[in-house]
Amino acid sequence: MEVIAFLICFPFAAALVLSMMKQHGKPRKYFIFASCIAIVAAVLYFSAGALISGKNTAYLTDARALDTGILVGEFAMMALVIYFGFKFKKHYVSLLSIAQTALIAWVDLSGPETEGSHIVADKLTVIMCLIIGVVGTLICVYAVGYMKDYHAHHTEFRDRRAFFFAMLFVFLGAMFGLVFSSSLTWIYFFWEITSLCSFLLIGYNRTEQAIRNSFQALWMNLLGGLGFAVAIAYCEKQLHVTELEKMVTAAVGKPEFLIPVVLLAFAGLTKSAQMPFSGWLLGAMVAPTPTSALLHSATMVKAGVYLLVRLAPALAGNMAGTMVTTVGGFTFFVTSLLAISQSDGKKVLAYSTISNLGLITACAGVGRHEAVWAGVLLMMFHAVSKSLMFLSVGAVENNTGSRNIEDMHGLVVRLPELAFVMIIGIAGMFLAPFGMLISKWAALKAFVDSKSALLVVFLVFGSASTLFYWTKWLGKLVAMIHNSERLPNTTKGSEWFSLVSQSFIMVALCISFPIVSSGLVEPFLSDMFHDKVPAVISSGNTHIMLMMLCMIMILPLAVRFLTFGKKKKVVMSYMGGVNSGDDRTFVNSFGQKEDMYLANWYMEDYFGEKKLLKPSLVLSSAAIVVLMIIVIGGAVS
Amino acid sequence: MKVSVISVLLYLVLGPVAGGLLAGIDRKITARMQGRRGPSVLQPFYDLFKLFHKQVVVVNDVQDFLVWGFLVFIVFTGGLFFAGGDLLLVFFALTLAGIFFVMSACSANSPYSSMGAQRELMQMMAYEPMVLLVAIGFYDVTGSFSVSDIIHAGSVPAIAYMPGIFIGFLWILVIKFRKSPFDLSTTHHAHQEMVKGLTTELSGNILALVELSHWYENVFLLGVVGLFVVTNAWWSGIIAVAVCLLSYFSEILTDNIFPRVKWDFMLKSTWTVTMVAGVVNLLILTMIR
Repeated sequence: MEVIAFLICFPFAAALVLSMMKQHGKPRKYFIFASCIAIVAAVLYFSAGALISGKNTAYLTDARALDTGILVGEFAMMALVIYFGFKFKKHYVSLLSIAQTALIAWVDLSGPETEGSHIVADKLTVIMCLIIGVVGTLICVYAVGYMKDYHAHHTEFRDRRAFFFAMLFVFLGAMFGLVFSSSLTWIYFFWEITSLCSFLLIGYNRTEQAIRNSFQALWMNLLGGLGFAVAIAYCEKQLHVTELEKMVTAAVGKPEFLIPVVLLAFAGLTKSAQMPFSGWLLGAMVAPTPTSALLHSATMVKAGVYLLVRLAPALAGNMAGTMVTTVGGFTFFVTSLLAISQSDGKKVLAYSTISNLGLITACAGVGRHEAVWAGVLLMMFHAVSKSLMFLSVGAVENNTGSRNIEDMHGLVVRLPELAFVMIIGIAGMFLAPFGMLISKWAALKAFVDSKSALLVVFLVFGSASTLFYWTKWLGKLVAMIHNSERLPNTTKGSEWFSLVSQSFIMVALCISFPIVSSGLVEPFLSDMFHDKVPAVISSGNTHIMLMMLCMIMILPLAVRFLTFGKKKKVVMSYMGGVNSGDDRTFVNSFGQKEDMYLANWYMEDYFGEKKLLKPSLVLSSAAIVVLMIIVIGGAVS
Repeated sequence: MKVSVISVLLYLVLGPVAGGLLAGIDRKITARMQGRRGPSVLQPFYDLFKLFHKQVVVVNDVQDFLVWGFLVFIVFTGGLFFAGGDLLLVFFALTLAGIFFVMSACSANSPYSSMGAQRELMQMMAYEPMVLLVAIGFYDVTGSFSVSDIIHAGSVPAIAYMPGIFIGFLWILVIKFRKSPFDLSTTHHAHQEMVKGLTTELSGNILALVELSHWYENVFLLGVVGLFVVTNAWWSGIIAVAVCLLSYFSEILTDNIFPRVKWDFMLKSTWTVTMVAGVVNLLILTMIR
């Protein structure tokens, strides 16, 4: 219990201290490092304890004082939103905020006191804690070095680093709070903190675009929050439940519970940036890289899919589940097509995040245990590899001044270390036998078992386009250009530490996933579905995948050994016989030297945002609206 | 267990022999269709031995590693398949092998092979959905992804339940066998507007490895064709071989009849066929089971 309190409260306390440390330099740097170490240590201590005892625990059945505190906090947040709404003349956000806060306040103050636990810790909590605690803090460590370079490059932005670091820690604290809470009101409170926090982080630069995008993020997430608030009100007034888990357990097979379930699912869809709410996550790119990394990997969007995973049993085989799977599957497919047409590295990553979240969402919506198994594993692998990708793109940008994938041509020669880290990240995102693919395998099986042909279609076509955009990026990295110079690598120590640790975690996770699966994910599933869950993946297949992993690792050495001592003649690449000295220039028809430029295919006419974005937003909005009406109408009548 | 070890060994040894012979027969039949005499059936083997004895010429130091990766994972794919492994994993390993191959072209930093690499990726994107649907179709029919379970599933061949998926698979085999009209990224024909595309920068023994991998790959792909026909009766094996040969002949015929198309036509038509033949078949399967 104490360690849980520490994990929730300490980041907030650290944030408070950081917001007051306006002086740049060593003390702040070491304070951040020390806080990160403390958080990681606490997370490890908590996880080890929870694993050894193997029990799920619930705490705090009577927390009236804290409830009041939380209500005050919600009013403070509402005041903050109204303040920003007035300042930037975006009054609609104020309206959204007032509506939901008023609703929650009314429920809290009028309702009969219902007893129930407020804090709960099970295996999913452990998984989420490890993601938030380890990946999240590594991003904070990275941010220390990155932000220094960032402000050296971008002198036009005001240096508000103290605020920035404070917000990162608030984010971590809110996420810990969210995953430890079992009371719906508490989850909602931390949910709103993450919304507000991401709004503040996205608007960090205070450029016109940043402000516009941050308000987009705010209204979309507040809309989800409104859905959440209505769900709480309905649960407490009509159904007399206050805890998420009790609600989910009771909801299985009962149509009257569908209303809160579908509203909570809606909130989850907004937060995990599913279509039509994908805009806010794409807009979040304007913020410095650590923000994107944090929003995309360890926090924010993971809160959305976390809630959906918790809801999974209540989504199995009903219309609410159909809504979630349809939107998730559709998002997976369309955003993977959209990613093909993008050349901005961060934008490709953003689309790929939305796409992967779509897959996790679809898994949760299916609600069968293999599907949820796949979803939870996807969540873990995605957190690590996506954070790795964002941070390495950020490091490349600080080194070369560009994050365009076209400019990463030949990176393996120019910045070999960063290129290798990036290759590990990309391999982790989609390649057999790395993590994501294992989960995709299970997801496919679950989709077929659930007899949803639509999902299968989304998955097979989406996988094909995922393959396309990742492989062409990979191809850019490995191009070996003759006579290239290595660039001086200016990546800072703290950034390196973060990148290298995440690469190791990535590889370790791939090797140890059977243990993770049997030790954490399967027990969690047995608890949630209240039955003994058979192993999802057979040991034979696990061995084959580990074998492939070993082969990939041994291959470079083996080939070196096989070709040892053989004489190779290195020549120029073929350019129709008109090379002029190396593989960079050729002689054109005027007899002049011309630089060669090799570009990837982007096919704007087929997969561009202009072509696909609008129709898919319309389609997905229609799907959400229609299916929600069907669910709610069906439950009311 | 014993059976699977033996069949893997057979695949390792006989795979390239069968693949080479197929290539030889292919050249012979193609020549006859074009009114030529054609080379000896053993010509592909002579070519391969000659390639192995040529001087090693490369444009960079990673090419041989990447091509070795291609070969190793193609052999792994086929081995896993003939050992009776999980069909989805087999196809995932195939994709991994393909990515190694594309990377070897990308690493060359050459205009022709880069172009070939982009086209090859487009081809992979075009055929990938159908390949996965094949695995899903088998799962729907037999209740298992495992090749050994699929073979022993019953007395009715899978093709009876999934003729649409079979047609879709034949369609993408044109891409996989690198036959016209879909031989966009590299081809055996001499009218290539971008030299040899993917393999432009590969020569000597490295090119020989590519050739060898293709033989292994073709045998594996025909194995998948056979899987549609095989039942637990012993004579179904003979029919399977006949169906394989017939499908291969139809691919040769297609190769000689149709001119090469552009990538957008390939993508659209392949995805359309996947939807119409594959997905509709899958929908019907889901309904009746």
